[in-house]
Amino acid sequence: MKRIYVNENCCLGCKLCEYECMFAGSGLDEMFKLKGKLDRYVPKIKVEGDDGVDVHFAVNCRHCTNAICVQSCIAGALSKSDDGMVVIDKNKCVGCFTCVLVCPFGAIMPDASGKAAQKCMLCTDNGRDMPTCVKYCPNGAIVFEERD
Amino acid sequence: MKYVIIGNSTAGIAAIEGIRTIDKSGDITVVSSEKHHCYGRPTISYYLKGDIKREDMLYRPVDFYEKMGVKLMLGETATEINTADKQVVLKSGKNVEYDKLLVATGSRPFVPKMDGIDKVKKVFNFMTYDDMLALESVLAKDKSVLVVGAGLIGLKCVEGILERVRSVTVVDLADRVLPSVLDSEGAAFVQNKLQERGIKFVLSDRVTEFAEKYAKLKSGMEIPFDILVIAVGVVPNAELVKDAGGDCNRGIVIDAQCKTSLTDVYAAGDCAEGYDSSIDKNRVLAILPNAYFQGRCAGINLAGEENSFEIGIPMNAVGFFGLHVLSAGVYEGECLQEKYKDGYKKLFVKNNRLVGFILIGNIARAGIYTSLIRNKTDLNTLDKALLFDEPQLMAFSEETRKCKLARMV
Repeated sequence: MKRIYVNENCCLGCKLCEYECMFAGSGLDEMFKLKGKLDRYVPKIKVEGDDGVDVHFAVNCRHCTNAICVQSCIAGALSKSDDGMVVIDKNKCVGCFTCVLVCPFGAIMPDASGKAAQKCMLCTDNGRDMPTCVKYCPNGAIVFEERD
Repeated sequence: MKYVIIGNSTAGIAAIEGIRTIDKSGDITVVSSEKHHCYGRPTISYYLKGDIKREDMLYRPVDFYEKMGVKLMLGETATEINTADKQVVLKSGKNVEYDKLLVATGSRPFVPKMDGIDKVKKVFNFMTYDDMLALESVLAKDKSVLVVGAGLIGLKCVEGILERVRSVTVVDLADRVLPSVLDSEGAAFVQNKLQERGIKFVLSDRVTEFAEKYAKLKSGMEIPFDILVIAVGVVPNAELVKDAGGDCNRGIVIDAQCKTSLTDVYAAGDCAEGYDSSIDKNRVLAILPNAYFQGRCAGINLAGEENSFEIGIPMNAVGFFGLHVLSAGVYEGECLQEKYKDGYKKLFVKNNRLVGFILIGNIARAGIYTSLIRNKTDLNTLDKALLFDEPQLMAFSEETRKCKLARMV
């Protein structure tokens, strides 16, 4: 299965991926319309590295082979799709955040409502043809491909 | 191969999934006294609170058993394991033959002997779907509820029913809420949050006598109630293995492969006493993720492949009215702490390992900390200042980061 991989040597920490991610999840028709509403959306990708340091990289769901979040979910809200993607069913999520407690990448988080978890589903859940963080990374620091 | 699983909750389901990673065609039979399709056991409080619908409580999809090729025997209670003939004896008189058996019988409420309890018309527990339905059937805006036990089960029950009854009072022998999960300071945060909602607490006290509609406490206080919920603790359902001569302490003793001392009999979940790496001893870790980890491990071993589970630790994620508490490991060694307005972060470091933490309020990326506890990571291999500031992958070496983010995991 194709997954997202990052190359920290190419990441400038511009956080465009975070904005693109929020935009893709927002249902808005123009990204600038996020202005003034940023507290209503939480990106599913997180850029690490403060301003003023040289190292930056983006982190989102790794779609682990033996995903500990899926195994730990108390509601059966997290599952693996047939092709290996870790999927969340928001109707089933009770917002206990056991997944946040166990994800070793810190890649699953409460959504803006605080009542359910959210995670990257490779933009299959928002009508994009490919992960938007990958598509719009200006530096090729985030790629979508098959690797071992 | 004939696999038999006693129990249809987390550990049993995990075992089915574990078996099917190896053996796609062996016969799997699940025996369960509960009559329901598997459901997320802790979701019962969220249903009562109105957060989820009944159909969304299913732990696995409707077609799960069919897809997995599982024969379900619901409403059947196992009464004996006949190890000589390799049969499970059922209350209905039927026998089920096994080649490999998993005991995933969970736990049941502990109801201590209390004077006058038989005068109370109906005593409620809060562990099962049927408990939930029974409790729901009596909830009404004019009813007062007494919950005995301020642990996870008791308090989640309280959260679930609060808006549907007139008042709720919680009594516990301990001097704080969630005594097995939190320190005093953390417990105070949770208690305040619940008190703000009007829940009354009577701590460091206990019921000495029940009448039909009130409880008398040791302090002399009398608490009237219409509905009584007992949530003082749980007891592992270990009898099947114990009666068959298998090693049991509080729970069924299992090794790292989840094997019991009986040939071809495994156990997993709340009924079992497996290895807890945080204390380097076996103990019952009655938490849902652990039931899955053990169940899956058992399933793989049942199917003939070697698998070990040796990194079980206590951990809990629990929230009350929007206040979230995540904790893991043990609270020993040096405590590094940071306080916020509505919570705190406490990290416990011992022998240069992170051994435990409590996060209240800000819970972001807590799993990075949990993984360090589970893996017993040497903190000298990390940037400790960054790590203690907040959980982040930046604290790892560049090479480790590459393994995590540039490879399949």
